[in-house]
Amino acid sequence: MRPSCNPSKFVGDKIKKLPPSGIRRFFDLVTELDDVVSLGVGEPDFATPWHIREMCIHSLEKGQTAYTSNYGLPELRDVLSRTYYNRYGLDYNPASEILVTTGVSEALDLAIRATVNPGEEVVVAQPSYVAYLPAVLLAGGVPVPVSASAETEFKLTPEALEPALSEKTKAIVLNYPNNPTGAIMGRKDLEAIADLVIEHDLIVISDEVYECLTYEGKHVPTASLEGLKERTLMLNGFSKAYAMTGLRLGFAMGPSEIIHAMMLIHQYTMLCAPVTAQIGAVEALRNGKEEMERMVRAYDRRRHFIMKGFDKIGLECFTPKGAFYTFPYIGAYGLSSSEFAEKLLNEKKVAAIPGDAFGEAGEGFLRCAYAASLEDLRKALERIGEFVDGL
Amino acid sequence: MDEKIKQILEILEENAKASPEEISALTGMSVQEVSQTISKLEKSGIIRHYKAIVDWDLVGENYVYAVIGLKVTLERNLGYQAIAEKIYKYPEVRSVRLLSGDHDISLTVRGRSMKDVAFFVAEKIATLDQVQGTCTHFVLKTYKEDGVILHEPETFERLPISL
Repeated sequence: MRPSCNPSKFVGDKIKKLPPSGIRRFFDLVTELDDVVSLGVGEPDFATPWHIREMCIHSLEKGQTAYTSNYGLPELRDVLSRTYYNRYGLDYNPASEILVTTGVSEALDLAIRATVNPGEEVVVAQPSYVAYLPAVLLAGGVPVPVSASAETEFKLTPEALEPALSEKTKAIVLNYPNNPTGAIMGRKDLEAIADLVIEHDLIVISDEVYECLTYEGKHVPTASLEGLKERTLMLNGFSKAYAMTGLRLGFAMGPSEIIHAMMLIHQYTMLCAPVTAQIGAVEALRNGKEEMERMVRAYDRRRHFIMKGFDKIGLECFTPKGAFYTFPYIGAYGLSSSEFAEKLLNEKKVAAIPGDAFGEAGEGFLRCAYAASLEDLRKALERIGEFVDGL
Repeated sequence: MDEKIKQILEILEENAKASPEEISALTGMSVQEVSQTISKLEKSGIIRHYKAIVDWDLVGENYVYAVIGLKVTLERNLGYQAIAEKIYKYPEVRSVRLLSGDHDISLTVRGRSMKDVAFFVAEKIATLDQVQGTCTHFVLKTYKEDGVILHEPETFERLPISL
């Protein structure tokens, strides 16, 4: 008989060292319970607007199921280029400076792999979306978390950034409007860190997937700052603005040299983004403005509603300016974020994400998404109110 | 349009019963500001009317609806407006519209039976001097009314937790 073996030894060292997702256990708990009101969902509660779905269906009926260019459908790159020129005066050549990807997740992975050499450091402003650190680790880079804390409205300041920079720093990852805090960085805020970025010769990887979900003021793309365009990779996608999460479609815009480098990896790993989703995306950009703005107004109403609810309960919370998350401070109740979230779930059946899932800087906070029906928000607020009263 | 006004109109268009307190919570405006804005919108005629969409079938009141297309001839001194006025005064007539295309005017009529509606059209509408012809379509089922889907809305599953 041949000897048996333990297959876990085949898993590579890099992966073994990858930190496990902080909410795996929490996820299992949620699925075991009935009647849970979830504020833990990081995606729109709208279905993709019908005109977009219809265009996808029509393309399937016509048999448009072939590969596209590695860079993405020329039609989509054209309309993306025009869209960003019209919105912000940003000029990206559709032939060489835009890459269509399978969600922003892929764009992020490509951006880091295409730029970061092993051992080089990547500064990540936290609290932040959970993929940035693992993406850096997988590329052999060294993630350096920097706190963008509540005291600075969760914005990254030069005071926080400068001490984290070293000779090995290659890139900085920004995500504004921010998941999980709902913070945004205005022009002045970005200006404040632009000099450091240039002085230290860094690339900015700017995940702007919540761009369209900006409620106060106008979104400012990092690339629109003087001197930053040629050192910025703007990552964005259709998931949040057009409620297309499961269709997996994102894109990167940036200098042709780096976009080309990203395309080299993309062509061997993904070949091209799903064509059906790309066709839907063309329709979204051409005719989706009204529906998108209708959804944004609905989120904005819920934002006011949940903030008013927190206010009544007495929960301290930064007023989010973008995305669809609130990040109330729960540190005053003597429980860690995880303890608070777990107790809230077990006792009151409200699911929200413990803040430390988004990095150490998120400890003491709870992410409550308001991409939920008003009825659910009302129920959740009532239960959270009862919960904190009992603490 | 003022973004706040748009928000109020959108909330009321969806739910005319939303109270100023609820609208205040959804917009961040004060209750007083909401009330004042709404009365301005009512006075200026931007908000025309509040009403309920009733499913009469469920209380056993069976109504029959018909969409009727009219061809009309215009006479000297009598435009479409005057014809519409003659028609919309009947309570059986629920809506009147001037159209492009095959018919000039389209109306929705509500009656107790098909016969009821047919006689109403034959006696009151077809007999008007300006009406050249009528084309009556009885409504068999209404799927969506004024933006409200009248059967199960579409649902989809989301993961209970995602980052």
